[in-house]
Amino acid sequence: MTWYAIDTWIVVVGALAATASALLGNFLVLRKMSMMGDAISHAVLPGLAIAFLVTEARASLTMFIGAAIVGVLTAVFTQWISRFGKVDEGASMGIVFTSLFALGLLLIVQAADHVDLDPGCVLYGAIELTPLDVVWRPKLFGFDLEVPRAALVLGGVTLLNLTFIIGFFKELRITSFDAELATTMGIHSNWMHYLLMTLVAVTSVAAFEAVGSIIVIAMLIVPAATAHLLTDRLWVMLLLSAVFAVASALLGHLSALVVPSWFGFADTSTSGMMAVAAGLLFLLTMLGAPRYGVLAKYFRKAESVGV
Amino acid sequence: MQNEQTVISPKSLPLTIRDLTVAYHRKPVIWDIDLTIPEGKLVSIVGPNGAGKTTLIKACLDLIPRSSGEVSIYGQPYKQARQRVGYVPQRESVDWDFPVSALDVVAMGTYGQLGWFRRVSKRSKALSMQALERVGLADYAHRQISQLSGGQQQRTFLARALVQDADIYFMDEPFAAVDAATERAIVEMLKEIQERGKTVLVVHHDLATVPQYFDWTVLLNMRVVAAGPTDEVFNQQNLRRTYGGKLTLLTQAANEVERSR
Repeated sequence: MTWYAIDTWIVVVGALAATASALLGNFLVLRKMSMMGDAISHAVLPGLAIAFLVTEARASLTMFIGAAIVGVLTAVFTQWISRFGKVDEGASMGIVFTSLFALGLLLIVQAADHVDLDPGCVLYGAIELTPLDVVWRPKLFGFDLEVPRAALVLGGVTLLNLTFIIGFFKELRITSFDAELATTMGIHSNWMHYLLMTLVAVTSVAAFEAVGSIIVIAMLIVPAATAHLLTDRLWVMLLLSAVFAVASALLGHLSALVVPSWFGFADTSTSGMMAVAAGLLFLLTMLGAPRYGVLAKYFRKAESVGV
Repeated sequence: MQNEQTVISPKSLPLTIRDLTVAYHRKPVIWDIDLTIPEGKLVSIVGPNGAGKTTLIKACLDLIPRSSGEVSIYGQPYKQARQRVGYVPQRESVDWDFPVSALDVVAMGTYGQLGWFRRVSKRSKALSMQALERVGLADYAHRQISQLSGGQQQRTFLARALVQDADIYFMDEPFAAVDAATERAIVEMLKEIQERGKTVLVVHHDLATVPQYFDWTVLLNMRVVAAGPTDEVFNQQNLRRTYGGKLTLLTQAANEVERSR
């Protein structure tokens, strides 16, 4: 295996996408709405497509706005349909995001003639190509860095999500734990809900372009769920989820380079491997976590039976 | 107190409800409620399952939309009075696996006064610790909340209500599934809150303890069947009108009424 500067950038881009998603994911997991991340990251597609069709260019700002609007609409429609249509929230979410996703696909296929947008690329991303799109060449400590656009965009989104969580830490905590009490105090849990959904949408779009939706969906849920197994403190959970996100990116890329050669294949999809790495880290934690792990529970049970 | 010849203005009334109706899917859950609660009372809200007790509380707290009617707290609509209101939701309404300690949960009671963006101050932590001491949970302050017993969880909620430092409290079944020790502790705390001139409304299930714990009672079954001092309204006739034919409950309650006289 040879490691190039490009590999470093792939890991950096992957780690930023993963961290941005994982930070928000903590609150999706704690609010028992993990699937909302899945739904929104699919449903932003028509927002992207319409932004393309209107501007006829891959202008990032329009895309962000289009996606953010559709992302919030997903949350709104889901609530409406479950309230007025007498279906539970899960089914309602399924109706909304599949319809929106399909609409987005139709729009993209229609637009495919004059816009360079590929549905496959939206799903799987092209993280291996992101380092080629260099937009900034700063000189740091004598190194010539070639910062790709994806790293800048995702770095910005990570920073935005981090600011949001630090700024609204107490509001996020109380609305996630006890939404009704929060609302009686004037901290409206609905506002926090929609703010969170907007950021999920923005993060999805930013990550879409670079790394595809698989990473977003995995990283919105898996690192946070892993972290929750290891701690009883919210801020530690946030921190650990970011650590798992970065570790998944690094391990994912390493195994994308190394593992396939063991079986005689060339290297494989880095995005996919990053998601797989996150899943493996979860599995290990689920087995070995000191308090909530399967093994710990088994031994505690055996012990208490022994006594 | 009530003998003084003063006109009672709504401002001195902790809770006034006029013509309140709440409906889900166009089916009314509570219907045309008129209710006035005087200051400094310990009030039980009793009624059969599905009578709308929780709905009544949530409508007072602006948590669910009203179909019609008005609720005022110390003469003001809820939004303006929210700093004076404390709320204890049902214990099952939250996820006890949430990564917070008992102290964190109690400190949430101060969030309303802190305002947006402010961090939880040392002072609110100290207040929260005091409240935990008052409910006898000081040693459990740093435990994750799923490691507390049901009674301890309920007391954590009460400590949180204490730090809210409200003038009127709404409590949804604080006595549900608690051990005898916790029940005694809660009753003591309620009396203490009352002694400081505050008003407490409690959704209560155990008819047997109503006369013993509460000096005011609201009998609810979609409508208000009766409301007033417990020794005046908590009688067999009103209970029959509230509960219909559920005789076992009635007999039990009637015995209790007899015994308390």
